[in-house]
Formats: sequence, structure tokens, C-alpha cells
Amino acid sequence: MSPPTGEEIVQFDNVGLRYGTDREVLRNLSFTLYPGSFYFLTGASGAGKTSLLRLLYLAQRPSRGAIRMFGSDAITLPRERLPMLRRRIGVVFQDFRLVSHLSAFDNVALPLRIAGADDRDLRKPVSDMLEWVGLADRMDARPATLSGGEQQRVAIARAVIARPQMLVADEPTGNVDPEMAVKLLRLFEALNGLGTTVVVATHDVHLLQKVPESLIMRLTKGQLADPTGALKFPPRRTAAVPQSGGPPV
Amino acid sequence: MNATEFLETRITGAVRAVTGAGEPELVPQSRLSGPMPWVIAIMVAMTVIALAAGLALRNTVVSAQAGLEGGLTVQIVEPRPAQRRAQAEAALAKLRSLPGVVEARIVAQEELDRLIEPWLGSDEGANSASAVPVPAMIDVQLADRASEPRVAKIAAALASVAPASRVDAQSGWLEPVYDAIASLQWLAIALVVLLAMALAAAVLMAARSALGTNRDTIEIVHHLGGTDAQIARVFQRSIGVDAAGGGVVGFVLAAVVILFLGQRFALLGAGMVENGALGWMDWVLLALVPLAAVILAMFTARFTVMHALRKML
Repeated sequence: MSPPTGEEIVQFDNVGLRYGTDREVLRNLSFTLYPGSFYFLTGASGAGKTSLLRLLYLAQRPSRGAIRMFGSDAITLPRERLPMLRRRIGVVFQDFRLVSHLSAFDNVALPLRIAGADDRDLRKPVSDMLEWVGLADRMDARPATLSGGEQQRVAIARAVIARPQMLVADEPTGNVDPEMAVKLLRLFEALNGLGTTVVVATHDVHLLQKVPESLIMRLTKGQLADPTGALKFPPRRTAAVPQSGGPPV
Repeated sequence: MNATEFLETRITGAVRAVTGAGEPELVPQSRLSGPMPWVIAIMVAMTVIALAAGLALRNTVVSAQAGLEGGLTVQIVEPRPAQRRAQAEAALAKLRSLPGVVEARIVAQEELDRLIEPWLGSDEGANSASAVPVPAMIDVQLADRASEPRVAKIAAALASVAPASRVDAQSGWLEPVYDAIASLQWLAIALVVLLAMALAAAVLMAARSALGTNRDTIEIVHHLGGTDAQIARVFQRSIGVDAAGGGVVGFVLAAVVILFLGQRFALLGAGMVENGALGWMDWVLLALVPLAAVILAMFTARFTVMHALRKML
């Protein structure tokens, strides 16, 4: 692993992952993610995208190799300190993973509540976020009564509400119409413009073209390709100030 | 921040840490509860009744011991009535002259007849109570405990004036009864401990089951940065609510049973039984049982959940 410069958010060095005694699903992954960058993670089904994302949002520890996140060694970090790192990461799960007995409002408010926010400080940011994703009238609805697309928007709102330093999204536009997909992508871009590192796993090649400044990570059979060389030499990004009328992040 | 605000923050923090107040509703209450409040109610009711029985037995022993500790009975075993009477009078006079004797009185013949009447009957005749030569009895109350050396000393003092006298400490007669009651007290304590263990086991199983049911939610909360302590507090709070509700119901049920039984025993009019009545301190102790159940249940839930969560990343 190259010595950390202090700028990187994530640094993988020769990381491998296997489940049980099966063969490795991820092999020899070495890359660095920088603050304020936008990454698309692509690859065929079974290539290991979800496994890589699980490593990124600290749901899994690798079988080998080294991972540094936010300046900490994620392999040897005691599990008591993992929550503080996880609070810096927003996650959009492929299967949404909303809490079934909580309303859309409470699902979106969950990261803020976990971080210790007072109830009186939640109402406005959560309402604004739900309004922005077009669910202002579904705030009290339980996930079971929401459509797939609506659930996905709630999941995305929950992932970005706490302004994470890194957003990890697994097929975040898979269940929404093209118009909403673009709108959600604009939300990610806005968040990215504020300095959040965004990693989006997707099958949708059209999505890649909509964010021209994005970097592409391609996974093939558990190995990472860097087709543009941008992972090794990423362009510098500066945090942008959001324009009025943009998403409430 | 002034001292009051500081104190308020600290108290609020402590309450939140223990009760989970203010934590998000991560786990639906109904999924965690199920039959739990009723199990706790039954456990608490049984514990309160067992403890009340133990306390009543203790009160009985303490009260009886206090009354009999300094009690002595002197019997004049002399078949000739005149000799018996004379020796009884002499023994009484001697006893009254001894230091440490608070009170001494000859038990009246009518009183003795009444005592043996159930066995010998009251009719005049060869087998009647008055026809049988019954020993004269002197009831003695000492200022302090009727220890064995003390009884021996009194017996020696009486031997010269009443050779037919026999001296017995009253507490000695009831010693086997006290031993039996003490055994029952230990039984009551053992029951309380067993019930507490059963309660902890029930909570442990409920917490494990709830953890299994809510595993997905717990994983989500972990991914969102929730700590083990936050998750444990949610379970603690839920079990605490169940235990508090069950505890109150259990205590009320037990109190009704205890009061009812107390009334039934009071009707017996037996001194020993009446002495076992529960005092207000006993009731305070009984009222602490539901509180102890809540604390035990919350502690068990926390321990179980924290232990299980440590196995997750």
C-alpha cells in the first residue's frame, strides 16, 4: 500500500474476500478513493459489486489485505469504534432495507436520531428531504404501502439526510422511472459537489454518461479494472456551493 | 452551563442510558412483548407470596422467641396434694428471692384443669382431670434469657426447698418448632431465588427470540452507525415496560392473596399465628419485589443483547 497522504477517504491494498471456504469473490483489490470524487462501479452480475460495497460500508471485513478508511485501519479497528466510522457513510441498499414498522418520515430520520439529534431538530430537514424526493404526501406511510420506486427514494433520502462524507449506493435507480433517476443522480451530484465521495454501483450504462466527471471502476470476476487510469490519477475536485433550488443537502 | 443545567443534563443522560428513553423506536413493542408481561406477573406474584410467607414465619419466630426467651416452668411432681402445695409455696418464695426473676406465679388449679380437660374430660369420676394427680406448675419470667447454666442454677436453688421440683426452659420445648419454621424460611428464600432465576431465564429467552425476529432491523441500525448500547437500550426499555406492567399486576394479585389469607388466619385467634402478621416494613419489602423484577429483567435483557451483538460486525 502506498503511504497515506491524509487526503484519501478509502485505501484498499491487495484486498481479497471469500465467504466460508469458497473461492475468493474479490481478488487483489488495490485502489484509493479521494474526497469529492464521483465513482461508478460497474460489472456484470456476480462480478462482486455488492461484496465490494459491503466492504466499503463496513458490513464485512476482508479475508486478506489492508483497508484504511477516514484515516483509520478498518481491519484492526475495534468494533466499538465502527459506528463512528459508519456514521460518516451513507448507504443505499439494493433491497432498500427500510425498517418496516417505521413510517417514511421515521425511516429517513433514523440516521439523525441514531446520531443523537433532538426530535425538534428533525422535522424540517426530514420533511424537506422527503419533499425533494417527491414524497411529501407519503411521510406517514409505512414501507409496505409504498411502491418499489417510492421505497427506493425513501432509502436514498435516508442515506443522504446526515450529509455523509461518503455515499455508497447499490443500484439506486433500479426501480425508478428515467425522470426520477436523473433527479436522484442530481441529488448525488449535489452531495458530491459539497465534498461527499459518491460510489454508485450500477448496470445502467446510460447513467454513466450523465455524470461526465465520474470515474469508473469496473469489476470483472472479482478483479478491478481501471480502464481510464483515473483511479490511480484522479482529477482534483473542489467542493461547490449548492445553488438555490437544489436538493436539500 | 450552570450547576442546575449540568445536573439536569447528567440526570437526563443517566435516565436515558438506563431506560432507553429518547432512543428511536427501532423494535416494535408488540413484537418484543408477547406473553412476557404475564409471565413476569406470575413470577412476581409467586415471589411476593413466597417472600410474604417467609416474612410471616420470621415474625412468628421472632415474636414467640421474645416471649419465651426468659420463660421458665417449674413443675412440682408430688402425688400428695398437701406436700405438693407446700413445696409449690416454698418454691415460689425461693424463686421470688432469686436475682433476675421478674415474675413468678403458681398456675391456678382451674387453669390446669382446663389445660388437661381435652384429654381427661371434665366429669367428676375416677378418670376425670381433678381425680388425676397433676403436678403443680409455677410460671416464671426471667429478666434475660433462660440459658442452660441459669436453669441448672435455679434448679439447684429449688432442690433444697422443693425436692420434687423440675425446672424447664419454655423455649426448649419449642426449639424443634423453631427449627422447622427456620427450615420453612430457608425454603421461602430458596423459592424466591429460584423464581428470580426463572424470571431471568424467561427474559433471556424472550430477548434472544426478539433479537432473532428483529435481526434485519438491527443490521440496518448497525449500518447506519447505531451502537450496541443504543440497540441494547431499546430492548432494555421494551423489557422494562413489560416487567413494570407485569410487576404491578403480579404485586396486586399477590397482595389480594396475602390479605385474604391474613384474614383467614386472624380468624383462628391463635397467638402464634397472629404474631406472624406482616408489618408495614414487610409490605415495603414486598413492594420492592416488582422493582427488583424490573431491574433484573432489564439487566438480563441488556446482558443478553450485548452478548449477542458482539458476535455481529
